[in-house]
Amino acid sequence: MAKVHEPHVAHAPQSFIRRYIFSTDHKVIGIQYYVTAMLTGVVAGILAMLVRLNLAWPAHEWPLLGKLFPVGMEFGVMKPEFYISLFTMHGTLMVFFVLSLAPVSGFGNFLIPLQIGARDMAYPFLNALSYWTVLPGVIIMLSSFFAEGGAAAAGWTSYAPLSAVQEAIPGSGMGQTLWIIGMVFFIASFTMGGLNFVTTIINLRTKGMSMRRLPLTVWALFLVAILGLLAFPALTAAAVMLLFDRHFGTSFFLPAGMYVGDKLLAHQGGTPLLWQHLFWFLGHPEVYILMLPAMGFTSDIIATFSRRPIFSYPVMVLSMVAIGGLSFVVWGHHMFLSGMSPYLGMAFTVTTLVIAIPSAVKTFNWLATLWRAKIEFTAPMLFALGIVSLFVTGGLSGIFLGSAAADIPLHDTYFVVAHFHFIMAGASLFGVFAATYYWFPKMFGRMMNSKLGKLHFWLTFVAYYSTFFPMHYLGIGGMMRRIYDPTVYQYLAPMQPVNVFITLSAFVLGAAQLLFLFNFFWSVYKGKKAEQNPWNANTLEWTAASPPPHGNWEGPLPTVHRWPYDYSVPDVSDDYIPQSVSPAEVQARKKG
Amino acid sequence: MEVLTKEKAKLERGGVDFDKGSGGLGGEGGGSPEGALPIHTGEIGLWALLATITMLFAGFTSAYVVRRASSDWQPIAVPSLLWFNTALLLSSSVTLEVARSFLKRWRLEALKGWLVVTALLGMAFIAGQLLAWRQLAAQGVYLPTSPHSSFFFVLTGVHAVHLLGGVLALCYALVQAWRFHYTPVHHDPLALCATYWHFVDGLWIYLFLMLFVW
Repeated sequence: MAKVHEPHVAHAPQSFIRRYIFSTDHKVIGIQYYVTAMLTGVVAGILAMLVRLNLAWPAHEWPLLGKLFPVGMEFGVMKPEFYISLFTMHGTLMVFFVLSLAPVSGFGNFLIPLQIGARDMAYPFLNALSYWTVLPGVIIMLSSFFAEGGAAAAGWTSYAPLSAVQEAIPGSGMGQTLWIIGMVFFIASFTMGGLNFVTTIINLRTKGMSMRRLPLTVWALFLVAILGLLAFPALTAAAVMLLFDRHFGTSFFLPAGMYVGDKLLAHQGGTPLLWQHLFWFLGHPEVYILMLPAMGFTSDIIATFSRRPIFSYPVMVLSMVAIGGLSFVVWGHHMFLSGMSPYLGMAFTVTTLVIAIPSAVKTFNWLATLWRAKIEFTAPMLFALGIVSLFVTGGLSGIFLGSAAADIPLHDTYFVVAHFHFIMAGASLFGVFAATYYWFPKMFGRMMNSKLGKLHFWLTFVAYYSTFFPMHYLGIGGMMRRIYDPTVYQYLAPMQPVNVFITLSAFVLGAAQLLFLFNFFWSVYKGKKAEQNPWNANTLEWTAASPPPHGNWEGPLPTVHRWPYDYSVPDVSDDYIPQSVSPAEVQARKKG
Repeated sequence: MEVLTKEKAKLERGGVDFDKGSGGLGGEGGGSPEGALPIHTGEIGLWALLATITMLFAGFTSAYVVRRASSDWQPIAVPSLLWFNTALLLSSSVTLEVARSFLKRWRLEALKGWLVVTALLGMAFIAGQLLAWRQLAAQGVYLPTSPHSSFFFVLTGVHAVHLLGGVLALCYALVQAWRFHYTPVHHDPLALCATYWHFVDGLWIYLFLMLFVW
């Protein structure tokens, strides 16, 4: 491998299985996570397409689909209970198994050691274990479609009592049980990952890599790991109690006097609200677990392609810390209509709106970085700019939903669907795309096709807005979030053409992703060979080979001499100075 | 010996500025670095784990507080065995510290013996909890009987699972002792194991107070 004698470099395992399947190399594990998330994303995307199909043409007969889903779409007509499990599983898979796994577990594992100058994560075995814990989770979650009664159907939030009574609806049976078990596997895996991230970032930074010199991507992932460690246990506790309510007759979430059909349930005294509190104590930080990595990726990518230092780095870090901290005290804004004291509602309104401040600070800092820069519009840069756009659009509707008074008419309407698809789903999805185009050369040693990438961006961007923006109007018009057939209400019927338009846009959006999948898999094998540093970027991963060998650097670990954003430094011949370049070398590069 | 202890103290403090990165060897990864780390890798991971477990029980606590306020709350009597179990678990923390003191005096046989005693006390505690469950069941108090009994069974169960993890960690530390993996300077698994053990011990005291004293 190398002529340099480095006592600490472990040799790569030779057998195929140890090397690519049960590997403990953070890069292999990162890619495993990424590919798992990508395939799950394809399934979750198809579910969304089916949801949209029904909303445009409710209860229409599709003979071909009837053959594909003989139970859920008997005679080709989608059953309401099948529709409910479609959006439940779409939400669950996307939030946890795609948009948490891909940016956090996928890119987190791949990037953290490379960006901080470490040979691997702190606990490589735990890392491998975390992947092999989440994979059964994905399989259990997906297998619920084949369970009796179909997949879970209580929404991705699984509100009790619907989720807590086995006989409530078909999906509340085995499907819901599998949902809970799948989630437990996911949480266990995410916890192992979080322990690894925190320890690695605190302890394995290379010489000179102070916390103040960390790339913003690493800062984001560090905060995400902390959020995950502190927020997910609330859901674990809730899931345990939910399982006991469902299977062992306890009454944590089930009140007295509940009937299923004409049978009175024996439960009494429980509070369904308790589930909402515990769920959203996780649920809201979870939103930022999705968002923060995208913020980190954007910051790094925008700096690279505008050839400018990121504007106000310490404030960028502080605002992420503020967003992360505040995310723990805003969960009540999901529950304004659950019978909350107006005074408490006011408190949650205030904490929620305060988040707008660090968010706006970040947005303006990105814009200030771009201001009067010579921007290179590459595919990753386009997606990074897309994140900024989606973040602003989704953030503005968030101000409406965060105010208790305005939320009352908008709660659980399509306005909410529009809002979270922009800010949490859209921005983090674009984050995954931006990161993929940007770090693909490092992951696979080849470039993705840039023309296809740009086409993918424009199709996705336009289709994304035309899919989700009209949903604001549907929501203001009163269309309910989980409705199966809006045409049954007279006041919603005139808006049906909007639903058809949204569905057609969604199909374009879905089809555009095929371009990405093609580009990805084609480039893995046939893409142009990548150089070590194709974007002329400063962070440490670009000082390793593409793709990096086992142990990441063949020679000794790089030493860090500066922050990662030394772009366009005056009087220096190159317009970038990588973090590993010493002041003496910079002196030598001075012009004249 | 004196020198070794000083060296160990230096290792533990690290002597490296947190803000300046760990300095070269810190970056070797693999969890078994030969060089000086500012803080032991295992220690950070362990404290992060303890924070997670704390949040888990904070979740249960908030549920308990909410549920306790409802009108159908009927407290169950303390199963008498719990006092005995608590004494067992408390004494296991003491025996673990005794074991560690023998390591400092370099008496490995005594170390192993006391570790075995500690693990047995832990197992006895779990067995005692199971018996307490039986005791309640004999009185006609089952899991769904009342909200208080539900919380009792769920919380003691979740706690026992965490203690079982501690017993496994203790067994690992014991195997390490058998293989002479410890030196007066290097005895990580045992120190980490002890931190976890005391934490789970304290957790039980907390749960006991919450369930029966509050």
